[in-house]
Amino acid sequence: MTTLEVNGRRVSVSASPDTPLLWALRDHLQLTGTKYGCGIAACGACTVHVDGEPTRACVTPIGALAGKRITTIEGVSTSQADKVSRAVQDAWVEVQVPQCGYCQSGQVMAAVALLRAKARPSDADIDAAMNGNVCRCVTYVRIREAIKVAARRLATGGAT
Amino acid sequence: MTTLVNTSRRDFLRGSAGLALGIVASPALAQQAGPGRAGGEVAANAALAPNAFVRVGVDGTVTVVAKHLEMGQGVYTGLATIVAEELDADWSSVRVEAAPADAARYNNLFWGESQGTGGSTAIANSWEQLRKAGAAARAMLVQAAAQRWKVPASEITVAKGVASHVATNRRASFAELAADAGRLAVPQDVVLKDPKDFVYIGKATLPRLDARAKTDGTAIFTQDVHLPGMLTALVAHSPRFGARPKSFDATAARKVAGVVDVVQIPTGVAVLARDFWAAKSGRDALKVEWDESQAFRKGTDEILAEYRKLAGTPGKPARREGDADRALAGAAQVFAATYEFPYLAHAAMEPMNCVMRLGPQGCEVWNGEQFQTGDQFAVAGVLGLRPAQVRLNMLYAGGSFGRRANPWSDYVVETAHIVKATGGKAPVKLVWTREDDMRAGMYRPLFVHALEGALDAKGDVIGWRHRLVGQSILTGTAFENMLVKEGIDVTSVEGATTLPYAIPNLTVELHSPRLPVTVQWWRSVGSTHTAYATEVFIDELAAAAGRDPVEMRRALLAKHPRHRGVLDLAVEKAGWGRPLAAGQPGERRGRGVAVHESFGSFVAQVAEVTVKPDGSLRVDRVTCAVDCGIAINPDIVAAQMEGGLGYGLAAAMHSKITLADGVVEQSNFHDYVPLRMSEMPAVEVHIVASAAPPTGVGEPGTPVVAPAVANAVFAATGKRLRTLPFDTSPLNG
Repeated sequence: MTTLEVNGRRVSVSASPDTPLLWALRDHLQLTGTKYGCGIAACGACTVHVDGEPTRACVTPIGALAGKRITTIEGVSTSQADKVSRAVQDAWVEVQVPQCGYCQSGQVMAAVALLRAKARPSDADIDAAMNGNVCRCVTYVRIREAIKVAARRLATGGAT
Repeated sequence: MTTLVNTSRRDFLRGSAGLALGIVASPALAQQAGPGRAGGEVAANAALAPNAFVRVGVDGTVTVVAKHLEMGQGVYTGLATIVAEELDADWSSVRVEAAPADAARYNNLFWGESQGTGGSTAIANSWEQLRKAGAAARAMLVQAAAQRWKVPASEITVAKGVASHVATNRRASFAELAADAGRLAVPQDVVLKDPKDFVYIGKATLPRLDARAKTDGTAIFTQDVHLPGMLTALVAHSPRFGARPKSFDATAARKVAGVVDVVQIPTGVAVLARDFWAAKSGRDALKVEWDESQAFRKGTDEILAEYRKLAGTPGKPARREGDADRALAGAAQVFAATYEFPYLAHAAMEPMNCVMRLGPQGCEVWNGEQFQTGDQFAVAGVLGLRPAQVRLNMLYAGGSFGRRANPWSDYVVETAHIVKATGGKAPVKLVWTREDDMRAGMYRPLFVHALEGALDAKGDVIGWRHRLVGQSILTGTAFENMLVKEGIDVTSVEGATTLPYAIPNLTVELHSPRLPVTVQWWRSVGSTHTAYATEVFIDELAAAAGRDPVEMRRALLAKHPRHRGVLDLAVEKAGWGRPLAAGQPGERRGRGVAVHESFGSFVAQVAEVTVKPDGSLRVDRVTCAVDCGIAINPDIVAAQMEGGLGYGLAAAMHSKITLADGVVEQSNFHDYVPLRMSEMPAVEVHIVASAAPPTGVGEPGTPVVAPAVANAVFAATGKRLRTLPFDTSPLNG
């Protein structure tokens, strides 16, 4: 039994400590917004935040997460979510980013982490932060645009 | 807020006590049937249900029943737009539910009696059907208002879900009229709108219905389905095509906590466990011995060597006009080139998976369901059921690019075999890992194309011989009778036999070698290779003749105005002919063009590239023009061009599946390399205004980008790229 702090709540998972966080979230906690894409940290579909840092849940064993704060896509999608999370998701819808949608939880988590670290990211910043997140529908043009829209909104307090 | 009811939500909720932790599920939504459970059930409940596709409830909700798979291409929104247009519905009250499997009502009208999604046909085959469906519902609502107000129906107008009689200042919403309308006879003939009166179709502002759920993590894919008592199954597959399991030792696998069962099935050995990680750990511990007596053991180099040899010999004629041999023999200049294309995996973000439950009435399937009729028959065959006893829940697919419409229903049948081998005791979720998915075959076939062109003294193309060598996709499938004619699989040569250029002497020949490596359609099918071969070769001929590649194409397209239309538009918007801004010192820049028709849509793209001193290549910008007839949702058309060309660019820059001693060498995204953010060019999409019936946009953007980029690289460096993925080492310096 491993105790985790997920989206602000303490939860117990009866799985061995080597179980990747991804499968604890999906199969034990029914938090299915975090997706399986590769299992080797090569696609970013499983991106969550661990103590605020974007982290690949598919290669992070739950045994290594004692005392850490884990945030999933569900955690940034509530009405209590912070303004960066809301701005990113609103921009995602406004720019009509998703196609199949399977990678987008991970994309959103990566973008939220980027904008928290850097309020006005350059194109090079976006490349660096988002290159680990694969989209096979290739929605990159719109992901880039949505990040910029969200950054503008946050900078102007939602005025543009 | 317009919502798209989430897939299979009721079962999902039933089986998920832990849901309270995070997933925000509106109680109202949870009450409603999800896609795939929908068509029939909504029909029973809705006040107005004039046909298989439209429901209007007493709450004013308009439900569009979608017969096609939403795999990212935006089809749920597209289908709903057509209905909403003719119905004059309020877009905010429109929702979509997936149709059940029922080919009598939901067949693809281009596929005879089959239900399924593919070939960029979803909008095209639904266009008239859904316009009429929406118009019939509207006529009944109008009639109900006319009877209530005792005024002529012709005096009633409808806008945004409200019927009005202006002269008497009366208004009634669909909610108020639905029950009365539902009691009226369904009109046989309906008047469709004049396109000039469209309020939704062609408007860029209509948002996708699934965007929010696909942004906040609530959209449900097959991977997310959880049924009570469900087991997760992973299968150990043979490393070689044509091998079978001989024996296995499950002692260690069964010792893994959570592993419940290990069973042999025709395609391998399945490990069933309480969750994915236990199943994966169990499979890792499993030992399987394979019978490889029939296994395929060749490597890519051997296959290529055989194909190259075949390309030097005449193949089966697929198109013949004039006398290409004579034209080549008597030409002022003859030019030849060979192009090679690898096997390609689809590599959708959601690896293949399927959930299946056996019950007393039959079996129920949850799947990103792309080929209902085929899958029903295949599952029924394995389980000894009638096809109608196989109930299919069509969920969102996390991409497909053709993969989920498998002619052999491969992964669905595998699930059925696991269910059968375990006696149907528990619902089964088959999960393929990325590695399983990558190595499971069903690839875009490897092809070699050999072309020869004849130029006369004026630099006009007078002869063209095009030989293709590659496996047939359709031979041996249910589609063979329809689409393989006199040994020519139409999907092998499409784009080559349909070459639009006016060349008086032309032959296209095909060799279709048979190999055990399984092959399948891959986003834009034959055009994935024919567009490249034809559009690079015509560019090579233009260069050999000293002509501008656009001028040469235009001259040869006099009888093809839609090709010319997109070519002219792309060229104009790209600034063709104007000098490109210089790059950094040592960088070479160039612009290239390609134009191609696939699935009835016409696409031209102009690529701008930078080649660095070390030979590395960057695509800076792609200007795309598309003529897809009436553009239902222009923003979705643009998105499909952006994504479609990105998918094609990934293949051109990086992707290949290779074999060594019969074993697939790639396994995951580290060695089957996808396109990433930093490599994505700026994209501009321009849509040709058209009154023609709509054609597809899911595929036609894909095949055009690679030849446009290759032609741009030639413009920049004078070097031709004739092998995909691009080998840029010759571009060094």
